[in-house]
Amino acid sequence: MRNIWAIYKKEMRSYFISSIAYVILFIFSLISGYFFFTIAATYSTMSLQFGQMPHYQELLNIEEFVVRPLFSNLGVVMLFLIPMLTMRLIAEEKGSGTLKLLVSYPVRDGEVLVAKYLAALSMLLAMMLLTFPVPLFLFAYGSPELGPLLSNYLGLFLMGGAFISLGMFASSITERQVVASVLTFGALILFWVINWAQNLTELNLGIILEDMSIFTHFENFTKGVIITHDVVYYVLFTAFFMFLAYTALQSRSWRSK
Amino acid sequence: MDMIEVHNLTKYYGPVAALKDVSFTVKKGEVLGFLGPNGAGKTTTMSILTCLFPPTEGEARVAGYNVLEEPIKVKEHIGYMPENISIYTDMIVSDYLSFVAEMKGVPSKRIKNDVDKAIASTELEDVAHRGIGKLSRGYLQRVGIAQALMGDPPVLILDEPTIGLDPMQIIAIRKLIESLAGERTIILCSHILPEVSQVCERVIIIDRGELVAVDTPGNLQKRLITTDRLKAVVSGARNKVEKSISGVSGVKEVNAGEETPVGTVYHVMLEPQAEIRAEIARAVVGGGFDLMELKSEDVTLEEIFINLVTEEREA
Repeated sequence: MRNIWAIYKKEMRSYFISSIAYVILFIFSLISGYFFFTIAATYSTMSLQFGQMPHYQELLNIEEFVVRPLFSNLGVVMLFLIPMLTMRLIAEEKGSGTLKLLVSYPVRDGEVLVAKYLAALSMLLAMMLLTFPVPLFLFAYGSPELGPLLSNYLGLFLMGGAFISLGMFASSITERQVVASVLTFGALILFWVINWAQNLTELNLGIILEDMSIFTHFENFTKGVIITHDVVYYVLFTAFFMFLAYTALQSRSWRSK
Repeated sequence: MDMIEVHNLTKYYGPVAALKDVSFTVKKGEVLGFLGPNGAGKTTTMSILTCLFPPTEGEARVAGYNVLEEPIKVKEHIGYMPENISIYTDMIVSDYLSFVAEMKGVPSKRIKNDVDKAIASTELEDVAHRGIGKLSRGYLQRVGIAQALMGDPPVLILDEPTIGLDPMQIIAIRKLIESLAGERTIILCSHILPEVSQVCERVIIIDRGELVAVDTPGNLQKRLITTDRLKAVVSGARNKVEKSISGVSGVKEVNAGEETPVGTVYHVMLEPQAEIRAEIARAVVGGGFDLMELKSEDVTLEEIFINLVTEEREA
């Protein structure tokens, strides 16, 4: 536990000293702010236009027209930013040779990975916390339901955590950060669009492809629905890639045999 | 008590054998020199001892713990400074040492004290609050030693601690290592003979993965005298000078070398154990030539290896 805490602190310090943290937090806040502004402004115009028509007014609600599109977009932004967050985690230590010293300390490979995962996860949390003006504005000028908002946040967190585990794996199989970043980005995009082929294949394979897609499972969270199936998908996804990263890190001991 | 036991260690990298059946032990408090040319298997041995990767065959124990079965215990007992050390460039020296202390399980209350002690003993006070990325090579090596000292491990493994340093820094590091000896067991890897012979009580020579010799530096030196050679710079006619030098009893062979402004260089091969510098000087001067320089030729490590390896094969 102590080792995890020590490495976690080192990683967090490194995020901030290297200014990666500031750049990512700033860019994410800027983009999410811009998305919120345009989506909210559009909603407000729509409300004015349809205000006279009671039939349409029933269809208008903040969850469906503001929160959902906003979080869907934030999910895509994560797809771009998380590879930048995770690329350095192991690859930098491998490339610069500091890993050799790190593993010479009495620490288990699993502890190294967990500490680094938690550090990246904390960055994800920090990004999400910086979207605090969104609920503030919504509650100040509208009356959104709390439930769907929370389920959106939970979905974004679970999906981001899954992205990080994939990024961690990519970072553990190379010494070059750019390679890790491109691998993560490419793999995430593939996981995103893998269900596009479902109509081209036979039914069973189509279902499998649909279920593998990383955004399919985000869909329900944005609707305000939390389904165990989706939660389990992200948890398994994360565990699977963390296991692969662990294997990659351990491989130094059997690869040379 | 043996702090380090290595039995029949063999390591293959694919089809290439980096270590072949190496066995040795190191006693508690002993300073052992681990000598070998580049690629001899020094770093491979040290990597196995520090549990970076396992051996293909054989067994290694540190402080009684098997490197395969209890790597965490082994690592707790070792302070390791790898070859060509690289440390997090974005960290400050004292922060980094605190991090290492934490990793090595030093109690929180003692961390500051231990860091200060390590900084003092490696003379890092001037750079304690500087970024590691901005340090000179000499300071970086010292940070490497300081981090190995954290947690006060009973075994220190220093892999080429003076590589890339200037002579003044080499002397400083050597003194530092001498001061660390005592209770601690130290393995010092190097490819430079004088460096280990001055600090170590016992030297292991390894070549192409095989143990070539285990002895005290003094005994090794004696064995090396068989290849003793002198270098003489003499001005005068070549063939006459050669004749007068080879006339001295105990001289095996004389070879004239390059011309220098003050005379010709002669390489003189001596019989084993012959100490005949005075006789040679007299012969040269007596022949009417000017002796400009006369000294033992430094035996290079490569020659020691050639010597020891051929001895092995003949045996």
